[in-house]
Amino acid sequence: MKKNLKTETIVIFGATSEVAQRVARIHAKAGDSMILIARNQTHLDSIKADLLLRGASNIDSLYSDFDNMKEHQNLLKQIEQKSEDIAKYYFFYGMLPDQKACENSWEMTYDALTTNFLSVVSLLTHIANKVEKETDRGIIVISSVAGDRGRQSNYIYGTGKGALTLFLQGLRNRLHPSNCTVTTIKPGFIDTPMTKDFDKGILWASADKVADDIYKAAAKGKNEVYTPRFWAVIMLVIKSIPEAIFKRLNL
Amino acid sequence: MTSYTSWAYVPTSTQKAIKPAWMDFDLGATTGSLLPYGNGRSYGDSCLNSSGLVIDSKSLNRFISFDTEQGILRCEAGTMFADILQFIVPTGWFLPVTPGTKYVTLGGAIANDVHGKNHHHDGTIGRHIRCFELLRSDGKSLICSPKENTDFFAATIGGLGLTGFISWAEIQLIKIPSPFMSVETTVFHGLEEFQTLSEQANTNHRYSVAWLDCASSGKDFARGLFMVGDHANSDKEEKERVLEPKISVPFNLPKQMINKYSVKAFNTLYFNKNRLNEGKIIYQHYDSFFYPLDGIGNWNRIYGSQGFYQYQFVVPSSQLSVMEQALNKIVASGLGSFLAVLKEFGDLPSPGMLSFPSPGLCLALDFANRGETTLALLQQLDQLVINAGGKVYPAKDVRMPQAAFQSYYPNYEEFEAYIDPRFISDFWRRVSEKKS
Ligand SMILES: Cc1cc2nc3c(=O)[nH]c(=O)nc-3n(C[C@H](O)[C@H](O)[C@H](O)COP(=O)(O)OP(=O)(O)OC[C@H]3O[C@@H](n4cnc5c(N)ncnc54)[C@H](O)[C@@H]3O)c2cc1C
Repeated sequence: MKKNLKTETIVIFGATSEVAQRVARIHAKAGDSMILIARNQTHLDSIKADLLLRGASNIDSLYSDFDNMKEHQNLLKQIEQKSEDIAKYYFFYGMLPDQKACENSWEMTYDALTTNFLSVVSLLTHIANKVEKETDRGIIVISSVAGDRGRQSNYIYGTGKGALTLFLQGLRNRLHPSNCTVTTIKPGFIDTPMTKDFDKGILWASADKVADDIYKAAAKGKNEVYTPRFWAVIMLVIKSIPEAIFKRLNL
Repeated sequence: MTSYTSWAYVPTSTQKAIKPAWMDFDLGATTGSLLPYGNGRSYGDSCLNSSGLVIDSKSLNRFISFDTEQGILRCEAGTMFADILQFIVPTGWFLPVTPGTKYVTLGGAIANDVHGKNHHHDGTIGRHIRCFELLRSDGKSLICSPKENTDFFAATIGGLGLTGFISWAEIQLIKIPSPFMSVETTVFHGLEEFQTLSEQANTNHRYSVAWLDCASSGKDFARGLFMVGDHANSDKEEKERVLEPKISVPFNLPKQMINKYSVKAFNTLYFNKNRLNEGKIIYQHYDSFFYPLDGIGNWNRIYGSQGFYQYQFVVPSSQLSVMEQALNKIVASGLGSFLAVLKEFGDLPSPGMLSFPSPGLCLALDFANRGETTLALLQQLDQLVINAGGKVYPAKDVRMPQAAFQSYYPNYEEFEAYIDPRFISDFWRRVSEKKS
């Protein structure tokens, strides 16, 4: 435990995700305080007990359904009541829609875009106006390599994440004068319960490895980070393929 | 990266899995046969279910409560011993029993009722489990303890994952004065010398174990190193680096590289390196005392892509001559074992119905997979063990015949009543096959 370092308070949206829990454990070890937000109170309770045992100085948990954007302002008020000095805002939630089903249903497409993009924009609209008046704040958002280029097998997911990446670029630019950092995380494949249906090859990274990368990127206030790092190379190659060729590929 | 294999790496077909994120997952939503899976540190097929699903428990790794006064820890069953140690050692507590690797889960440790170097002093891990929750495929959950659902408690400890899924467990830890161990090594020649040393040591030391040379014959036959250890007082601490896997074996070695000569060279090297410490009390970090093999990540791959067999058996202490016969066969076969661990178990009973450890001499060794030749040797060993009224450890087995199993575990019929109707393993298919 780093006792002489200053501890901080962080907020995690989507605290029940596997990677979020791993990042939270690193913060717990450092003795930080956390406000955890997710949709399942029972699961939040079990994470809370675990993190307190692992050294977190304080844990608050709040219930929220992020898709319900009308509630966002209210949620942020509740967060403010818990702490006035929030150093970092992490966004971990997201959903992996069924691409084929989305192609036949605007409703499903809309839901996916709401969860993966619109709801994050809604929360960040409020948060940005707050942190702009403060200083040294960090916003860390999980986007995806899928947002770097659209492909037939998952472009609804990719669209949400790609739009998110773009939004975060603008926000980073805007918040720079306030010394607030915006970190976009682009994980490749992570071996988590959410991805259990896939056959796993060597491109799959453990949740612990990814969490470690995220924690470090957040601490340094990095801009855009691929995790594991080799994804930067893979995506460079994929982005360099001319569209005239790319559109013929079966990806 | 996730492929479900057992530690011995004998090739298996691909294993399908589910990986629940929470303890309240719905067992009923699955179809087909099921088997809990910890961290696959069992050597054989007792942690595989090739025609059904395994339930990967590794995401279930949260701490639930820790009483630092009493040393009572409750956590989810997929929590790894490595994680538990990191958490409890700084508070002055330690695992009451640990196997030779810290990369096992609490659930997996209970299902094999694991033992350690302190068996003569503390028995198996089952003696230190206060309670656990067992999820059954009919949707019921049972809290099991020495007072509640005692029959399921007994069946599940050493129950090979067949009685249901353990979601969490509560374990009684032991108090330690420091993370360090005081260790003393003695050279012995012959099994009688071993037994004398062992009997003396087991009254004075918490931990004892011997490395046995299984390659040498003649005047070096049954030579070995006998080690005793105790938790050291903090004032004697000696700083030693924590050993995390560093030198790892990145790929499977060609089978030509493990043979009689390389094994012999290794044994000689290991023997001579350690005999330098003879007679001295040295201070060692718990990591290098309990988990020397964890320092070499993936050492199982040393045996090449064909994997290897491990064989661990126990015979009553009075049957020293049987142990000698077994060792003679092993030495003569030249199928050499990379490592042989010899330990005298004590007589503390386990609550587990199908538990492996029982009073007597226990030997664990590896054989590179040489097909029929290796299997024939193991069959001869089986016969010796059966005749001596001993047992073979299912956690290390891929080949135990049904008749042998029934001889080792005569109460298997009593156990069968507690098996969850949807749970089965490849091991269990083999040993419970109905002969018509
Ligand atoms: C280097 C090395 C040294 C070892 N030394 C020792 C030793 O000294 N003493 C000893 O006793 N063993 C030893 N072992 C064996 C090892 O301790 C056991 O095989 C242990 O059970 C492995 O735990 P695991 O978590 O990997 O479980 P797995 O191997 O994945 O599974 C083991 C069994 O537990 C069941 N299981 C797993 N999780 C659950 C759950 N949540 N609920 C119900 N059942 C479950 C499985 O179905 C299976 O039957 C050693 C193994 C290695 C690789």
